[in-house]
Amino acid sequence: MSEAALSRLKQQFGAAILETSSSFGDETAVVDATRWKEIALFLRDDSKLAFDMPIDLCGVDYPERSPRMEVVLHVYSTSLRHRLRLKARVGDDEMNGAELDSLVAVWSGVEWLERETYDMSGVTFRGHPDLRRILMYPEFEGHPLRRDYAANRTQPLIPYRTESEAGVPLEKLAPFGPDEGMSFGRNPHLPSHSEN
Amino acid sequence: MEPLDIDLAEGELELPSEPMHLNLGPSHPAMHGTVRIVLELSGESISKADVQIGYLHRGFEKMCERGTWTQVFPYVDRLNYVSPMLNNVGYALAVEKLCGLVVPDRCQWYRMALGELARMSDHLTCTGAMAMELGAFTPFLWAIKAREMVWDILEEETGARLTHSFGRIGGMAKPPTPAFKELVRGTIPRVLQLMNECEKMLLKNRIFLDRLENVGIISGKDAIALGWTGPCLRASGVDYDVRKAHPYLKYDEVDFDVPLGKKGDTLDRFLVRVEELQQCGRILTQICDRMADDGPVNCDDPRYVLPEKQDVYTTIEATIQHFKLIMEGAKIPKGEVYSYTEGGNGELGFYLVSDGSGTPYRVRIRPPCFQITNGLSRLITGRMLSDIIPIFGSINMIGGECDH
Repeated sequence: MSEAALSRLKQQFGAAILETSSSFGDETAVVDATRWKEIALFLRDDSKLAFDMPIDLCGVDYPERSPRMEVVLHVYSTSLRHRLRLKARVGDDEMNGAELDSLVAVWSGVEWLERETYDMSGVTFRGHPDLRRILMYPEFEGHPLRRDYAANRTQPLIPYRTESEAGVPLEKLAPFGPDEGMSFGRNPHLPSHSEN
Repeated sequence: MEPLDIDLAEGELELPSEPMHLNLGPSHPAMHGTVRIVLELSGESISKADVQIGYLHRGFEKMCERGTWTQVFPYVDRLNYVSPMLNNVGYALAVEKLCGLVVPDRCQWYRMALGELARMSDHLTCTGAMAMELGAFTPFLWAIKAREMVWDILEEETGARLTHSFGRIGGMAKPPTPAFKELVRGTIPRVLQLMNECEKMLLKNRIFLDRLENVGIISGKDAIALGWTGPCLRASGVDYDVRKAHPYLKYDEVDFDVPLGKKGDTLDRFLVRVEELQQCGRILTQICDRMADDGPVNCDDPRYVLPEKQDVYTTIEATIQHFKLIMEGAKIPKGEVYSYTEGGNGELGFYLVSDGSGTPYRVRIRPPCFQITNGLSRLITGRMLSDIIPIFGSINMIGGECDH
């Protein structure tokens, strides 16, 4: 169905499209990781492609391969009703250099998807506005969806945050300062109604 | 009593003008699902919102890499726990796409019927809960009463009210019960009747309308760029329903309409869901007319489908087949596939990678409400604090699905 999209992509980018394949009716293009964003922009803006909806982004880890991490993006075109799977391979054995350009400027919906891929697989997205963990907590060690993360691994206990780390006072604050709130009726120096 | 106005210097009782920080959630009675929203308020309007999810993260995708392909079914039940049958069907279709299996006609109709029942339960819960959070308790009880009727059918069919684990690779766990069609035919009018009453109660209520209308507007273009799908996208006027755009099972053979909204506000999202309930009823009636009363439900493929129990106990071939399928798991051909169906909240996708063994290499789920919740902060920023409740209710975030 989107064979045409694949050939259009190949025609436009030539050597930057490393592999293409079609299986089970899904068209896949493996692209040069350095031109990730450029290709995404073309996919969105070209009138014959018009991929306007980001469907999914995830990382698939192949520890025996190099580059190790495959970042898989699925896009869909609501006007032309076709789909494409785009892949980029990043990261060496130790996941060094597992970086891609962020696509938030292309499709705003990938913001959380990129955060999730960062959280789960440890791929860094350059230029992401707010790249932090999303499903896990900030102190979590490692990236759970890598193949070498043992499923039964335990995580260290987290100490309480100090006030300087949290950036806010952690002691409970009294609800009212001395000059705030109701200044009548509760004043011990004034006759109280509660004794009646 | 002493006089109330005590002499105070001008400005002494001025309210503080710096923004106030408020944590809404993770466990707040007026929010469905465990989600935390860190708000920066200026007065009562929201100047900044940070939606934090992940409180229900259970490592679904990691767990799937440990068992057999069939053992994923109980996990997908717990993704969208309001319409688990849609997840079951979606996952089964994804694996079958990878195997090149096509289930018999009767099973396709049956899956559609169960899926539409699950969709009804999803929409009833969402609309009912949303009304309740806005203070309308009676419609909620009616919607839950209607949902209970739907669940009664599902319980009759599967034995479980909520987590059915009923899908199988190449079929279903059991064929439809003899009373299935009769039950569906008898129940649907009652469910729709109840929903009509709810609708009347709510849509003639000024308070309800005022809190929904023109609140949380999102344009179709923005919704697409955010990756919204399902009723929320259709409320913004974008005609994209997987059942129509890319028909699977027998959806191309039944007659139904896809309701679209005009403005993309909270009221539209509510109305789209209400109308989809009626369409579910239409589809179910047609399914009851078309589904055969007998015939096979499971594929006849010993590589993937368990043999009949009585054969397992009486013949050696079936015993071995059963043993291999349970202990080693069905060997799914090497490859990768992305399969998508229309879930309760939108496009429910499964991206599966198989290395040819009995255990999935990677199961990636594309939960529709993850993307929708991504757009929440931009919907509520600039609105009043009280608008969060209807907006959040209308996007129907399901924690199990959103947090994986």
